[in-house]
Amino acid sequence: MFDSKDSRFKVANREAMIGIMLALINFIWWFGFAYGLGSKPVDSYQYIFGLPAWFFYSSVIGFLVMVVLVVISVKTLFKDIPFEDGDGES
Amino acid sequence: MKMAVLVPLLLFLGIIFFVGFYASSIMKKKSGFLQEYFLGSRELGGFILAMTMIATYGSASSFIGGPGAAYNMGLGWVLLAMSQVVTGYFVLAVLGKKFAIVSRQIKAVTLIDFLKARYGSKTVVLLSAGSIIIFLFSAMAAQWVGGARLIESITGLSYTSALFLFAVSVLIYVIIGGFRAVALTDMLQGVIMFFGTLIILIGTIIAGGGMEHIIQELVAEDPDLVSPFGPDRQLTPLYVSSFWILVGVGVVGLPQVTVRAMAYKNARAMHRAMIIGTIVVGFIMLGMHLTGVFARVVIPGVEIGDKVMPLVAMEVLPAWAAGIVLAAPMAAIMSTVDSLLLLVSSAVVKDVYLNYVKPDAGEQTVKRLSFAVTTIIGLAVFGMAIQPPDLLIWLNLFSFGGLEAAFIWPVVLGLYWKKGNKYGAISSMIVGIGTYVYFHTYFPNPLGMHTVVLPVILSLLSYVVASLVTGQRLDATAASSSLS
Repeated sequence: MFDSKDSRFKVANREAMIGIMLALINFIWWFGFAYGLGSKPVDSYQYIFGLPAWFFYSSVIGFLVMVVLVVISVKTLFKDIPFEDGDGES
Repeated sequence: MKMAVLVPLLLFLGIIFFVGFYASSIMKKKSGFLQEYFLGSRELGGFILAMTMIATYGSASSFIGGPGAAYNMGLGWVLLAMSQVVTGYFVLAVLGKKFAIVSRQIKAVTLIDFLKARYGSKTVVLLSAGSIIIFLFSAMAAQWVGGARLIESITGLSYTSALFLFAVSVLIYVIIGGFRAVALTDMLQGVIMFFGTLIILIGTIIAGGGMEHIIQELVAEDPDLVSPFGPDRQLTPLYVSSFWILVGVGVVGLPQVTVRAMAYKNARAMHRAMIIGTIVVGFIMLGMHLTGVFARVVIPGVEIGDKVMPLVAMEVLPAWAAGIVLAAPMAAIMSTVDSLLLLVSSAVVKDVYLNYVKPDAGEQTVKRLSFAVTTIIGLAVFGMAIQPPDLLIWLNLFSFGGLEAAFIWPVVLGLYWKKGNKYGAISSMIVGIGTYVYFHTYFPNPLGMHTVVLPVILSLLSYVVASLVTGQRLDATAASSSLS
């Protein structure tokens, strides 16, 4: 059904992989900081802006990091290709 | 006080109403009724695409249920909620361009159009349409109940009047305006969700005496509240991580989300939506759930989780600001409901009727039918929501995870794996829904993970195994018939 020789599909496949990689990075950062720092005893927690370090790094910084990564990926790795057929090559 | 809260709410409903009317007036003629009514002629730009995805996806649970749970569980639940940041970019990146190109080639208007073209199987179509109609109808009704209860608790109106108010606001703009009205109002609702979050978060932090003070109060009450594990250490890393499937990447299997991946105008719109979407969804999830945790210090002793959000808003903010903030969950519910309504309607009109009952129906007939079906379904949901039967509530439990388990592989592998065939799709859907219902009823959260994980794995196995096994048989048959 899909003409796999359509070079636009190579682009789409590549971007799907990038999406998966971003999700993996997202997960590892989130998990690592949350349970790495968070598993220490609560009375030894350090606080940043009032929030426990595990939370600050995993959920606040992690969120900001993902925004930056998505912006970078979209601007440098993702391609602007036409969706209509017969609109020229990609 | 009630008046001051009511006024911004009514103002908001009024604006939504007018936006819906406006949208219906610019329904484009050129692309044909179906493309316009159910897909907005594929004209969504970046900002509106991001907003409609978030607004459709974010619902009562993001604004009421979630913060309520965070109130009880502490920062560990906020951590869990942050798994949703991934939905901002993942769905578009993975489905994105291939889906957009292919769906234009086959002129798909619904997700089921895509499945029909890909698998060429009546069984797949009917199974999909059936699941969408049954499960999303129930999901819609549950959201309506939530919306009516919210109006009831804020304004003091009786449940039925609140339900009626809610029904009228949503039904009219969806019926006459179709997808375009839904997307435009979603955009507005997304903006309200964003600012509502900002206002309530700031208000709660101030009322609590600043973040340092709030957190230290929580430590004093129960140190586990500020750990990722929650009170009694009940939130295990495995359980929390398993939510990445349910509300993180699994969302790519939800029909109401995938249909939007078909509806945008060009690559730049998609790119912009990924950026905006990630920022907005992350902000809303972080802000709302933190508010839930912080509310514990501001209004201690609240027994019912669902009451936390309305109570803290009215406690912490001047009445008019509380009204704006409470418009946010209303917005979330309305924006989810309007998308579901259109989805169920399109399943009935396009995927069942036009495919199999009367494929040559003229444009006028289709138009009238679409309006009528959307109206009838809307009224039916309204009727159900007045006195929700247990069956409805039961079905709603499966509408999220069950649909994900059913659709995720037929869609994703259908796009990217040539060997996937209709037998794979059919078995994947049956196994996905079946095991989800089974586990949910008899073995919830098996192996300490959310119920959705095993069905998703099992449906993957079904898809792959069934496709490979039947693929060999089909090849063998073809080979032997070409030899004879």
